[in-house]
Amino acid sequence: MRKVFLVLAIAVLVGAGAIAAAIYATDPKRPSGPVATSHGTQQSFGEIEYGRYMTVVADCAACHTDPHGGEPFAGGRPIETPFGAVVSSNITPDRETGIGAWTDDDFADALQKGFGRDGHMIYPAMPYPHFTEMTRRDVDAIKVYLGTLKPVHNAVVSDTLPFPLNIRVGMRAWNLLYFRDGRYMPDPSRDATYNRGAYLVEGPGHCGACHTPKTMLGGDKTAEAYQGAVIQRWTAPNITGDARRGLGSWSIEDVVQYLRTGHNRQAAASGPMAEEVDLSSSRMSEDDLRAIAVYLKGQPGQGDGAPPVASDTPAMRAGAAIYGNSCAACHGRGGAGVTGLFPTLARVPAVQQRDPTSLIRVVLDGAKSVSTQAAPTGAAMPSYGWRLDNGQVAAVLTYIRNAWGNQAPAVSASEVASMREQLKRAN
Amino acid sequence: MRKLPHKDVAIIGLGWTGAIMAHGLAEAGLDVIAIERGPWRDTASDFSPAYAPDELRYHIRHELFLRPAQMTLTFRNDARQTALPIRDWGAFMLGNGVGGGGLHWNAETWRFLPSDFVLKSHLTERYGATFIPKGMTIQDWGVTYDELEPHYDRFEYLCGTAGTAGNLKGAIQPGGNPFEGPRSRPYPTPAQKQPFSATLFAKAAGELGHQAFPQPSGNMSQAYTNPLGVTLGPCTFCGHCEWFGCGNYSKASPQTTILPALMRLPNVAARDNCEVLRILLDKTGKRATGVVFVDTDGEEWEQPADLVLSCAFTPFNVQMLMLSGVGRIYDPATKQGTIGRNFTHQVVSTAQAFFDPKTHRFNPFIASGAIGMCIDDFNGDNFDHGPLGFVGGGYLGQVQTNGRPIETTPVPAGTPTWGAKWKAAVKENYNSSVYAGSGVHASFYAYDDVFLDLDPTYSDRFGRPLMRMTMDFHENEHRMSAYLTDRYAEILKAMGARQVDKLPRTGHYNVADYQTSHLCGGAVMGTDPNTSAVNRYQQSWDVSNLFVIGASSFPQNAGYNPTGTVAALAYWTLEAITSQYLKRPGPLVQT
Repeated sequence: MRKVFLVLAIAVLVGAGAIAAAIYATDPKRPSGPVATSHGTQQSFGEIEYGRYMTVVADCAACHTDPHGGEPFAGGRPIETPFGAVVSSNITPDRETGIGAWTDDDFADALQKGFGRDGHMIYPAMPYPHFTEMTRRDVDAIKVYLGTLKPVHNAVVSDTLPFPLNIRVGMRAWNLLYFRDGRYMPDPSRDATYNRGAYLVEGPGHCGACHTPKTMLGGDKTAEAYQGAVIQRWTAPNITGDARRGLGSWSIEDVVQYLRTGHNRQAAASGPMAEEVDLSSSRMSEDDLRAIAVYLKGQPGQGDGAPPVASDTPAMRAGAAIYGNSCAACHGRGGAGVTGLFPTLARVPAVQQRDPTSLIRVVLDGAKSVSTQAAPTGAAMPSYGWRLDNGQVAAVLTYIRNAWGNQAPAVSASEVASMREQLKRAN
Repeated sequence: MRKLPHKDVAIIGLGWTGAIMAHGLAEAGLDVIAIERGPWRDTASDFSPAYAPDELRYHIRHELFLRPAQMTLTFRNDARQTALPIRDWGAFMLGNGVGGGGLHWNAETWRFLPSDFVLKSHLTERYGATFIPKGMTIQDWGVTYDELEPHYDRFEYLCGTAGTAGNLKGAIQPGGNPFEGPRSRPYPTPAQKQPFSATLFAKAAGELGHQAFPQPSGNMSQAYTNPLGVTLGPCTFCGHCEWFGCGNYSKASPQTTILPALMRLPNVAARDNCEVLRILLDKTGKRATGVVFVDTDGEEWEQPADLVLSCAFTPFNVQMLMLSGVGRIYDPATKQGTIGRNFTHQVVSTAQAFFDPKTHRFNPFIASGAIGMCIDDFNGDNFDHGPLGFVGGGYLGQVQTNGRPIETTPVPAGTPTWGAKWKAAVKENYNSSVYAGSGVHASFYAYDDVFLDLDPTYSDRFGRPLMRMTMDFHENEHRMSAYLTDRYAEILKAMGARQVDKLPRTGHYNVADYQTSHLCGGAVMGTDPNTSAVNRYQQSWDVSNLFVIGASSFPQNAGYNPTGTVAALAYWTLEAITSQYLKRPGPLVQT
């Protein structure tokens, strides 16, 4: 798969590189539109605190902190992408290795247009295609806040992608295909809550970075926005208003509680979403979380696909037996689970995603749910990969995905085998 | 030896009391470090439900316990003998690692009787001073039930304890224990459902005029979220509780109630696999300056601290004091000294009842650690000891915690101990017999010839003398055990058993025969520095910035499982430290 990406990337790069004019035409440094007034010099407590909040909303800390003992915001975390790892930059106010020497305009260019102070293109692992929606005020506020942090001298080597992706000018071609520079424009036909939600989701919250399916080149499939994708060997589930797979069956309060605590009556956040909840949404205001819920629930879903797998197939019969033996003690015979500890499996979106990646990896490897101030338990699912073979994992997942009114494609032993290999390589 | 940055509080051991103190003091704003000699233990990693119910691994091979090669005690029955090291745990199990005994317990969550806390005064008043046997050194605690009640309550609400109140603010309640002290509010969750054998026991006990009630249980009857926001799940009655970790988050333990909240606090640190060697004192010997611990590389570290809390298991709290030179070691010849004095355990006995397999199928494997119906008519001084010639008592109950195959082989007396006839008898009786390991759970009062001191011969891997325990039963305990076991057998007979074999506690204390892990005393609390190691707040009389917390403070052991009282004392001490000591560090009780 990776080879295909590379070939395609080369093709695009060659096409783009051949036309010098195109490079000029796509130079992000060309002035476009009126220059916004900077508010970044207002160092009042209110502005710093507002900037801290927007830094939380944009979840800068997650990528710009090395989880293996790195200083906050000092960068150095490899961000896994289908094209290779991109290492995050140092955004502390260190003048040499961080952004201490950057002007507000430099910073705004990085967030809203995708190029750095020296003019080099930023890989879209940094979600500038989303941050471009942010207001200049919010961008400036983040810079004001970051400016108050302890400067950390940490030179980050970020050019880690293989040829030809290491030729950053190629990102101009990518931008031509997938990037539209422009701030969020409120929809006058919608109320303020919906518009606030749209702004947060599309802009600083950059939910689509994980939850929107991607093209071969890593661009958004905008027609399927928020309908779920696979990223870093996890399923980023459908978060549209889809009744079966999305947030359609959750109330606004369910969504708010999930984002605020990492848990609600049915679900628990683990994997990358656990990190998002921990560092970002659990620290956001209830009003903003409510706005996000309103907007997401208003997005179109997928509709039901294939009929459920019949209960009398060998896989379903084996799966039912394995479920009773290995799963029912915690998740309950009817898949009801226990709120706050063991996620519900019956008629919940997480189990019925079209893609079973998360389910497979959680059964094989286990997973720890997020611990938050409001819900500190952080219960964990143990690994069953040592005890169940690929066929058994496939059977029990096929059962879970089609019992109790659930409906989702069967899981095959080869999918489990593939994930087992991937996890072995990653661990 | 390298010196670490100063902390406000150094805690020795991260079990129940260490976790309670660490959380409370961190919430009060102090910078806390807990040092635990065993490993970190976590539900999904260390006792996943995929392998938690492994009787061989956890019960037979003692997975969760201290390895005797790591640390053991020496034992003798009396001071004329030479003590020998315990090389395989028998009479009691010693936990190892984060969670301590609170990880492997059954979660039987009792309160002691109000009279237990004023035992000597109470018995003297009711029966006269001469009624107390010679050599028995029981004493009052210096703290009363009423003072501890809010702290019992706090622990029960931390754990989500399942039970039926018997006494709400003085009003006796139906279905509960009518002898218990008044409680300020009901248990946080309803009692667990009871299996057939316990239901039958309760009915038979009722017919004999006793009031049966469900044993208070830290195995959850339903999901529960405690005041720290930590959630426990409902017990699945898997029958693998005592000596096991719970894979379902349904047994109250530090892991399932405190640690998730504790470890989120930025001013708390924990070091596992680090063993504290001794408490450091300044030149005056009256002030602790920190602790010395050794890591897994064998390197020694000094951890300076303003406040030192010894929260280790009973004999190791005592050992820590002796090795650090805090207080005076008890000498049985002169009866002087307090460290090691009034060391106690438990007097457990039982009876096996065999029923007709055609009419009784008990399915004993459907069980939880703290399941069972009990009566308290023969505990403490709930009954007239005058005509009986002994003091003490215990609860009686059908508290059968499992039907695990390796251990559960009850056969009637007279059956061959091996071979085809034994196998046939096991098969016939497995599902139709009643065998609670601790059907009679009775007190162990203190004596002047039962004590802990430093062994003169045997030392641990660091060259420190082992604790030497000198312990035996006395006539009082034999009489008590015989009487209580008779009462218990009467109830089993009334259940309809065709044969009841009594197993009272007789002969010498046997360190190889399991009773309970309830070692108590050795650094007891009290009002007189001549007969207690710590004051009523578990503060050392000798070193006022040292608190010694745990069952080591019990002046004598009552007829109940001790954890509820251990935790209540910890909360009591926590309140004393936060409301009094921190404002004015120094002795909380003047001598």
